[in-house]
Amino acid sequence: MRRALREKRSGLTPCDFETASIDTYVGTVPVLDDLRVRPDLLDYDCRNNRLAQWCLEQDGFAGRVAAARDRHSAGRIGFYLGTSTSGLHATELAYRRRDPKTGALPADYRYAETQNAYSLGEFVRRYLGLAGPGFVVSSACSSTAKAFGNAARMMAAGICDAAVVGGADSLCLMTLYGFQALGLTSHGPCRPFDAERDGISIGEGAGFALIEKGDRARSGAVLLLGVGESSDAYHMSTPHPEGLGARIAMQQALESAGLRPADIDYINLHGTATKTNDASEDKAVFEIFGPETPCSSTKGATGHLLGAAGITEAIVSILAIEDGLMPGSANTRSVDPAIRSNYLLENRQAKVTRVLSNSFGFGGSNCSLVLGVAQ
Amino acid sequence: MRVFVEGVGLLGPGLQGWGAARRVLAGEEPFRPAPTNIGGSDLLPAAERRRTPVPVKLALAVGQEAFQNAGRDAAAAATVFVSSSGEGETLHHMCEALASVEREVSPTRFHNSVHNAAAGYWGIATRSREASTSLCAYDASFPAGLVEAATQVVSCGKAVALIAYDQPYPEPLHSARPLAASFAAALVLAPDATRGAAATFEVAVLPGDEKPTGMSDSRLEELRLGIPAARSLPLLEALARKTQGEVVLDFLTELRLRVTVSRC
Repeated sequence: MRRALREKRSGLTPCDFETASIDTYVGTVPVLDDLRVRPDLLDYDCRNNRLAQWCLEQDGFAGRVAAARDRHSAGRIGFYLGTSTSGLHATELAYRRRDPKTGALPADYRYAETQNAYSLGEFVRRYLGLAGPGFVVSSACSSTAKAFGNAARMMAAGICDAAVVGGADSLCLMTLYGFQALGLTSHGPCRPFDAERDGISIGEGAGFALIEKGDRARSGAVLLLGVGESSDAYHMSTPHPEGLGARIAMQQALESAGLRPADIDYINLHGTATKTNDASEDKAVFEIFGPETPCSSTKGATGHLLGAAGITEAIVSILAIEDGLMPGSANTRSVDPAIRSNYLLENRQAKVTRVLSNSFGFGGSNCSLVLGVAQ
Repeated sequence: MRVFVEGVGLLGPGLQGWGAARRVLAGEEPFRPAPTNIGGSDLLPAAERRRTPVPVKLALAVGQEAFQNAGRDAAAAATVFVSSSGEGETLHHMCEALASVEREVSPTRFHNSVHNAAAGYWGIATRSREASTSLCAYDASFPAGLVEAATQVVSCGKAVALIAYDQPYPEPLHSARPLAASFAAALVLAPDATRGAAATFEVAVLPGDEKPTGMSDSRLEELRLGIPAARSLPLLEALARKTQGEVVLDFLTELRLRVTVSRC
């Protein structure tokens, strides 16, 4: 991801997911077709849990969790994960194999281990051998950002000493056809904040982070400084036109971090590339931060990872801090003249100590995180 | 974690609102099982009301009742929604459409399919712009939500409503995930007694496999075992009977929740 960001590479390709016939671009993880989950967890085998497992095995993450287990004991490590559609694709496939006489689903269909939102939670809990309390947040596209808030509160309340946060969202027909029905899928690779933006490119992805109480942080470590959560109270699938809910979430995140807007070096926007999201998010960002603070969306590179957008963009924010890189917007050709925020088309190399990351979802669910380097 | 219980909402088979159901749970009146009467919540404008799926109606109804009983403005409180199985009817229609040749899916059904549909409609209905989350822990969804709500009350020092709801799936999903009946319960939890709370919960997560507290009435016990949201019943019974003591709730494998109920 580090290199992809530096090279401003986009992973979006024409949609060839399963039997979908939709004129759009998507971000796929092709390795999932042939992957199987660990033999002792075969009941949980579905695209979403394969994606979760594949991700847990990257960058030595599972090993780091095992080391934390030795340090804290498994019962003191919680798990706060997010997904929007979990293993829904397994149900889509099962509905094609219903008994023609009775309508029953095939005998090998496993509801709890695939379809249910908690399937991801129990799979990750077992995969990593965790024994602390946890659950799955499913608040559409803000899910894995909000999971950071859950974990921080649980640690503050002494419920656990460390937590695995993050989650996975994999491609399925429902999101592809559903977003198409709403007229929100892009025809080419999505172009956030572009004057000619025409919708989202749906992607699949996963990300995980192991977080521990901040009082043990070494100098230079990245800290979760603030979390802000709000509701639009406006519409199920359209953001508030003035970005009211978004503004409340950002203000609360700053407040809980004890920071002023000028303390933020870079904003990783939700920036889905729909007409309405980008316009209302710009209004909210401009109102708080004015025309200077550099900001961009990385969805032109990754696509919209839906429930996994929050964790993925938190990781982008951490990389921005570690590498001193504010990523430019992949696929965006020219910024919509109506946009007033300082939107980055090109990568910018600069010292980054504090980043704000936005995630907004259906149902008007908003979450902003502030991440920053320990002094 | 100590929280003050300000208001309760309840809907279940033979448990028609907290006002009536508390007498049943207190043993003052016999339990007469009857289909859950969800009715129409007047919280939403007519246009939105028509579009809301049944699980959302359930959640809104108990949430509204709990805030009324608490005498608190719903617009000023954060919410934690928990459902063990989400939006079953919507899921069924979407999967049927996607298994057909035409694959024509309704955009309204699509946005109603998200696990946080109830939270979204709640915000529209109450004008609450406060934080709201939507959780799932399968059969352990209620205790998961109680831990989250209590943590929020303690860490933010503000009132939080926990709204747990489960609506049975239509076939063929019902056979794969049987839920015994429609059931929803809501609790308005506060950080102090300034609003005249009647009871407090001291919530603790415990390792082990202690036997969870059951219901003395065998038919209510069937509900507790047959619907994840009804795992709230022993707590509601303690509130109705104004008893003090410990209630143990099933959480995840080798994890329990111990809730010490005290009178204010």
